Amino acid sequence: MNRNNFYQKDIETLSRKDIDALQLERLKWVVSYCYENVPYYRQKLDGAGVKPEKIRQLSDIQYIPFTTKEDIRDTYPFGLFAQPMKKIVRIHASSGTTGKPTVVGYTRKDLDTWSDVVARLCVAAGATDEDIVQISFGYGLFTGALGLHYGLEKIGATVIPISSGNTEKQVMIMKDFGTTTLVSTPSYALYIGEVAREMGVDIHLQLGLLGSEGHTEEMREEVEAALGFFATDNYGMSELIGPGVSGECRLRCGLHFAEDHFLPEIIDSKTGERLEAGETGELVITTLTKEGFPMLRYRTKDITRLNYEPCACGRTHVRMDKVKGRSDDMLKIRGVNVFPTQIESVLMGIPHIGPHYQLIVTREGYMDALEVKVELTDADLLEHYPELKALQNDVHHRLKTVLGIESKVSLVEPKFLERFQGKAKRVVDLRNSKEAK
Amino acid sequence: MIIDQISVFVENKAGRLAEITSVLKDNRIDIRALSIADTNDFGILRLIVNQPDKAVLALKSAGYTVSLTNVIAVGVEDRPGGLGDALKPLYDNGISVEYMYAFITPEDGTAFVILRVQDNEKAIEILRQNHIRIMQNEDICK
Repeated sequence: MNRNNFYQKDIETLSRKDIDALQLERLKWVVSYCYENVPYYRQKLDGAGVKPEKIRQLSDIQYIPFTTKEDIRDTYPFGLFAQPMKKIVRIHASSGTTGKPTVVGYTRKDLDTWSDVVARLCVAAGATDEDIVQISFGYGLFTGALGLHYGLEKIGATVIPISSGNTEKQVMIMKDFGTTTLVSTPSYALYIGEVAREMGVDIHLQLGLLGSEGHTEEMREEVEAALGFFATDNYGMSELIGPGVSGECRLRCGLHFAEDHFLPEIIDSKTGERLEAGETGELVITTLTKEGFPMLRYRTKDITRLNYEPCACGRTHVRMDKVKGRSDDMLKIRGVNVFPTQIESVLMGIPHIGPHYQLIVTREGYMDALEVKVELTDADLLEHYPELKALQNDVHHRLKTVLGIESKVSLVEPKFLERFQGKAKRVVDLRNSKEAK
Repeated sequence: MIIDQISVFVENKAGRLAEITSVLKDNRIDIRALSIADTNDFGILRLIVNQPDKAVLALKSAGYTVSLTNVIAVGVEDRPGGLGDALKPLYDNGISVEYMYAFITPEDGTAFVILRVQDNEKAIEILRQNHIRIMQNEDICK
């Protein structure tokens, strides 16, 4: 099966000049569209003294105020919709960990755009109409499952909408239906692999479309080794459209944006200033074609970097690095910035321990303390007690080298760390809770 | 000659030992001897049971990290100096004991000692030459 294809080659290989021209035309459109159709945006733009006519070149985007999660919450449920319900054909919502969910709406054209951008990243990852795809994201209000579902149907793949959970059944279907491709979070993929091994079932997956949960290269290698497939990462969020904003090609050297629909910028998350191309900072995205729920300069809180070099695969749209972390995931421990992804990178490189981990941050007196729990999986170490101590010291030492702070490393029994069927929650911060000492 | 010993990784947390013993109970496995080495964080539980293969399977499927290793069991007289009689020839021949634990049987005044050494064959040969009684699986698991 040829896995090196394009879905919309003419668009995906446009020259930079043509991309810029298309983006400028669409940026002008979306700003005036928001101004005309969403009172909340009009108020914000007026407040900033920006009339739609002020947008004459792409860099003029800097005059537009940011939109944040709080803006969406303040206008709950439909305050940022730009079309009446009569024109909205689908509603999705993301579970807010705090308070009300984020509600988004799609017109028929939006759904079509959405399935196009997802189809693009699936084809870039190597999916074809011959694939049998098991979608193990939870269906429902969450955009992940239905986003991949329609995109994969569009390219003609055979979709099995199994949803998440009931893992033994997932494995049985994988074997009986001859599933070639798995759509899941990396942590759930690992769990499916564990269950398949316990059941003694051989699965023959070729491709993994991992998403909905940030993960490091090292984690991807673990997942690939456990499931025996080639995996790519993709990126998106319901505020922007769902999955489909960007995704990796077979070369896996950054996630290709769909720049004809999304305009990305990188800013300094503290000052809000735009950073130069190639600098690392917070990703801000403006939707260029969305009708139901347009977004002007949405602050994603994800930390990454943009690369405008055309990719060796032929695609010319800008690539983003794998998300390094979230500006609000960043832990400040004893004054040091720590990203959970840094810890993940360290742990994945160490033998004898499993891929699951948990970080627990507590406060002892006035001092922050970080505990890293990892699972001991190699039973051979049990014969020689000093080897267990040595493993513990090794993990501790490697973490200290990378993070620059002390941590307590706890070896725990396998499977006592929680397995996740959706997004993994690996950080437990008890510093402001009653449980903290 | 050589006895199967089970090692289980245990977190140092309330209830873990109770959980392990209940897994064994549910599988009707009888513990003959045990020892635990621990630090603040974790421990290794070593067990001699009547059905080692079944015990390993049961513990593994309950999610534990478990290994099966060969150890030697010797029977020594339950009197001062009894243990020394067994250990001295090993020491004299340069065989060091990594760890050991003992238990006493009610029946015949014999103490059983579980020995973990690098070279089981060589240790057994030396113990035999010194007329130390080597226990069989059947002696312990009866």
